[in-house]
Amino acid sequence: MSSAAPAQLSVSLWRGSDDGCYETYSVPRRASQTVLDVVTYVQRHIDATLSYRFACRVGMCGSCAMTVNGRPRWTCRTHVAKVAANGRLKIGPLENLPRIKDLATDMQPFFEKWRQAEGVFAPSLTRAEPMARIKPDSRARMAADAAIECINCGVCYAACDTVRWNANYLGPAALNRAWTLVNDERDAGNAARLTAVAASGGCHSCHSHQSCQEHCPLALNPTESIAGLKRRTVAAYLNGELKA
Amino acid sequence: MKTLGPRGSSLWIAAIIHRLSGLALAIFLPVHFFVLSLAFHGGARLDGFLRWADQPLVKFTEVGLVFLLTVHLLGGLRVLVIENFDWHDGQKRLAMLVAAVSAVTAFIFLMRVF
Amino acid sequence: MNVRLYVWQRATAALMAPLVLVHIAVILYATRAGLSAADILSRTHNSIAWATFYGIFVAAASIHASIGVRNILVEWSPFSERGAGRFAAVLGIALALLGFHAVFALVVA
Repeated sequence: MSSAAPAQLSVSLWRGSDDGCYETYSVPRRASQTVLDVVTYVQRHIDATLSYRFACRVGMCGSCAMTVNGRPRWTCRTHVAKVAANGRLKIGPLENLPRIKDLATDMQPFFEKWRQAEGVFAPSLTRAEPMARIKPDSRARMAADAAIECINCGVCYAACDTVRWNANYLGPAALNRAWTLVNDERDAGNAARLTAVAASGGCHSCHSHQSCQEHCPLALNPTESIAGLKRRTVAAYLNGELKA
Repeated sequence: MKTLGPRGSSLWIAAIIHRLSGLALAIFLPVHFFVLSLAFHGGARLDGFLRWADQPLVKFTEVGLVFLLTVHLLGGLRVLVIENFDWHDGQKRLAMLVAAVSAVTAFIFLMRVF
Repeated sequence: MNVRLYVWQRATAALMAPLVLVHIAVILYATRAGLSAADILSRTHNSIAWATFYGIFVAAASIHASIGVRNILVEWSPFSERGAGRFAAVLGIALALLGFHAVFALVVA
């Protein structure tokens, strides 16, 4: 922390549900401080009724995402030094999700769409059969690997204006997961999956804003995955393999 | 106060320009078709319209329409490339190029009508 | 947008890309010395080539524009998907009728 940085941060936190408002707190500036540290300080030392969500603190669980100075971010992996211009922080709940209280959103619609997109592995073998042999350098496996590290934090979903504008849109995370499974040779669920993502609100609603890619903390590219789904569903549609 | 957030990135703006240019062209099309229909019976009425249209305000509107058409064409081609070919980075630069080429095309048109 | 509408919208887009390029070239060429009805009709009258070109253009543009407007209404207006679809269908038919009428005026009448 440079000596020029202010000793106190001015931190505005969203309090309440939809009809809430921002309230401002003064939090001491510390070296190597993360945004999550700041929120935790308020909860432990100023107002114990503050609600927020976190678990691992090291960017593995995907539960601490919030809107920080206008951008959805993992608070645990965002250093105050990187985002707090003039020592000011404005932290709100993720956009595009129902607010429960303060900084905690209801993630249910997000996971509901994950299921709707058939983002669940459908096994083609039983445990009695020998393990499938997958070539790591096959085109399909490389496509799956490129998208597979998603930990469903909801940052892309909050960053996506197509989600904001179209309540039925499945969103980048669910479609990205569907794309990994479409490319998984062991999976047997593609007939239902391609039909699900080809329906209204599926991959064809995407306008390639690339906000998901720009905001993904893991530098994944859901826009690319969704483009892959568009091609695959069009081929399936023209071959008469969809019910759409 | 609501901050811009993901809005305001150049690719988001490119998508908005694509949408609004498409909408404007869709609104313009009936006017365009109506005017061309004045060519019925030899074109005297069409000539009447063309004489009326020979004024700066109409010409500037036409320059705008040429820009909208070009930017919608090139922006649409960028989307088709994203959707139908392997991924290419540098979409922001491509979107800038789309805007620049469209502006140049509209400028060439401007030079020709004035 | 579902896959059926997507295929129609992107197929008409790809079809129109070369048509729009030609259209822009004609715009720049035709305005070299001001527009006149005689100038325009000398190109189009009794021309099967231009009739085909503009006929395809009108059909593709009507489909493309109506699906695009439908998507805008779904996202930016209180229209339901069904309402937006109906509005778009009417718009598409109207655009096609006006467009074919204009092509007829330029080529035949």
